[in-house]
Amino acid sequence: MQLVLEKRAERSRTIALVSPLIAIALTLITMSVLFAILGKNPITALGVYFIAPLTDGYSLQEIAVKATPLVMIAIGLSLCYLANAWNIGAEGQFLIGAVAGSWIAVTTQGTEAGHWVLPAMLVAGAVAGALYALIPALCRVRFGASEILTSLMLVYVADLLLDYLVRGPWRDPAGFNFPTTAEFDPVATVPVLIEGGRLHLGSIIALIVVAGAFVLLDRTIKGFEIRVVGVAPRAARFGGFNANQLVLLTFAVSGALAGLAGIIEVAGPIGHLQPGISPGYGFTAIIVAFLGRLNPIGILIAGLFLALTFIGGEQAQITMKIPLDVTKVFQGILLFYVLACDSLILYRFKLVFAARQVQSAAR
Amino acid sequence: MMKRLLGAAAALVLAGSIAGVAHAADKLKVGFIYLGPIGDLGWTYQHELGRQALVKELGDKIETTYLENVPEGPDSERAIEQLVRAGNKLIFTTSFGYMDPTLKVAKKYPNVHFEHATGYKRDKNMSTYSGRWYQGRYIQGQIAAKMSKAGVLGYIGSFPIPEVVSGINATMLGAQSINPNIKVKIIWVNTWFDPGKEADAAKALLDQGADIIMQHTDSPAAMQVAAERGKLAFGQDSEMIKFGPKAQLTSILDTWGPYYIARVKAELDGTWKSEDTWGGLDSKMFEMAPYTNMPDDVKKMAEETQAAITSGKLHPFKCPIVAQDGKEVECKGGDHLADGQILGMNFYVKGVDDKLPGK
Repeated sequence: MQLVLEKRAERSRTIALVSPLIAIALTLITMSVLFAILGKNPITALGVYFIAPLTDGYSLQEIAVKATPLVMIAIGLSLCYLANAWNIGAEGQFLIGAVAGSWIAVTTQGTEAGHWVLPAMLVAGAVAGALYALIPALCRVRFGASEILTSLMLVYVADLLLDYLVRGPWRDPAGFNFPTTAEFDPVATVPVLIEGGRLHLGSIIALIVVAGAFVLLDRTIKGFEIRVVGVAPRAARFGGFNANQLVLLTFAVSGALAGLAGIIEVAGPIGHLQPGISPGYGFTAIIVAFLGRLNPIGILIAGLFLALTFIGGEQAQITMKIPLDVTKVFQGILLFYVLACDSLILYRFKLVFAARQVQSAAR
Repeated sequence: MMKRLLGAAAALVLAGSIAGVAHAADKLKVGFIYLGPIGDLGWTYQHELGRQALVKELGDKIETTYLENVPEGPDSERAIEQLVRAGNKLIFTTSFGYMDPTLKVAKKYPNVHFEHATGYKRDKNMSTYSGRWYQGRYIQGQIAAKMSKAGVLGYIGSFPIPEVVSGINATMLGAQSINPNIKVKIIWVNTWFDPGKEADAAKALLDQGADIIMQHTDSPAAMQVAAERGKLAFGQDSEMIKFGPKAQLTSILDTWGPYYIARVKAELDGTWKSEDTWGGLDSKMFEMAPYTNMPDDVKKMAEETQAAITSGKLHPFKCPIVAQDGKEVECKGGDHLADGQILGMNFYVKGVDDKLPGK
């Protein structure tokens, strides 16, 4: 007797809806066993991970702060991926956006510049991110170069450019030569929404982006084009959709969103430009995009959920002395189950009995 | 059966944690933020050893908590605040990049005390502490000059920040005191920890004719490369002798324990106040690993230099200091460079054949 995966005739709609729930349930069961083995009470531990952060305003704010860049980047990436354009370099576009916006903050520092500074920074960040993303997109459209490789390699270029600027020309003159710019002026800082907290205007912008993406994909012809080009390239060609143009468009939009996320992060929670402004947001956002099934609302939920595991993981380290590695195992297990369960949308389990196997072997 | 087992385990844990809570109520809570995973050597590991020494000394009066692998970006501010909200009253943030986040949280919670390693921003509830590692580098420079047959040292730099630059300069000044014609080759790897890059850098330096490897990075990879090729090397942060029993000359060992114990005692006594501590060999902020793989006369010289620096008789940045361009550096500290000049060092001394990145 053997268990095999058999392709379904068509996508199972039921499983598509239930699969994330099965995945979460399986994750919870696996984690409970793991906690028990570690000698921790599984109920308490899961409570610390998932419930405790949701019960006080401070943690809720922190979840939103953490999720903001992830959601913004992931929305852009989802447009690319839907259109079959593989932007892996959101991290670089994030950094370039941060650099471009910071340029305005640094040059206006200490001057009488008014309230136009922050909006100008945000626009600069978005434009720079878009232009930077267009490099790999143009290389693919014009020369057929793999955008996966070129976009990824440009991450390191952006990283080193930022590094050069904060060690050289933009270095804080009062900073003992350490690699950081001076703190941005108040007019160059993203305002916080609640006094004393860290929740900032960027989170609102992220929500607007989610809504915008939803409308784009669900209600406009461009959105329809993006989907068709990704799912059925031949049909799209017959329909007269220009796939190359869509590669350029989705890359530009996703670069703009990553760049915007970058400058918001720098002008918001960080407050100055320094190396290491991103703990890998551009890459984590790829996970968020797929966890959210390339759907704007899904991405919002996935981003918040991933942020929750970060915050919960910290609280588990503090209150229960559960090592950080467990949080990472936990995120890995979750992703594993989500992908495994998703395969059930297109496949189903089937028991194959020994008799048939013998038969086929005899043949 | 499994269910019963789980239930029993759960009950035990619950009982344990309740007892723990009741117990911990009147203990001082001390928190630590670590840059890396703890591992078994390197920067974060040395801070963890310090924490363990602290627990050993004052474990009945305090409860310690740490958060590891906290990136130096916006996440660190949240991590620090989480420790505050969990009731920690004294918090050590153990990497330079936590400076501004620590300051922000410190302003928000004036009743909590903070200790930030290797930074320069302070507040009335935020101290800084660091080590005068350049003293150890001077000793290493002397040893290297004695031991090098080629007269060429290989130096793996992490980031061109003042701490690393002053380390290179101190090494060079020490080496020049033995051999005025000594040369140093520098490779910047732009990382604190990346065994692959560090090993590549070590190989490149040896291929370029260096026969002694010095590093300002965290992994033992360079030590291993030196050992494989039968060359000599210095460890960094931790004891690395097991990675090169025939290669390690000595290593600068970060020993934070005494400082942590002193600060927590002050907190317990109610005498804690914001200070700037820059401890050297005399205050045991760091130690030198045993001098190995060298003849007795070199070992004797190293020990004498160490004693002279510890007693204050010898200052590695004794004036006159001549910069790379041949100009003499202004001497602001009497007969040696002032602390501020060392803390903000962004020039090479004469004889370093390299261009300082970003200059």
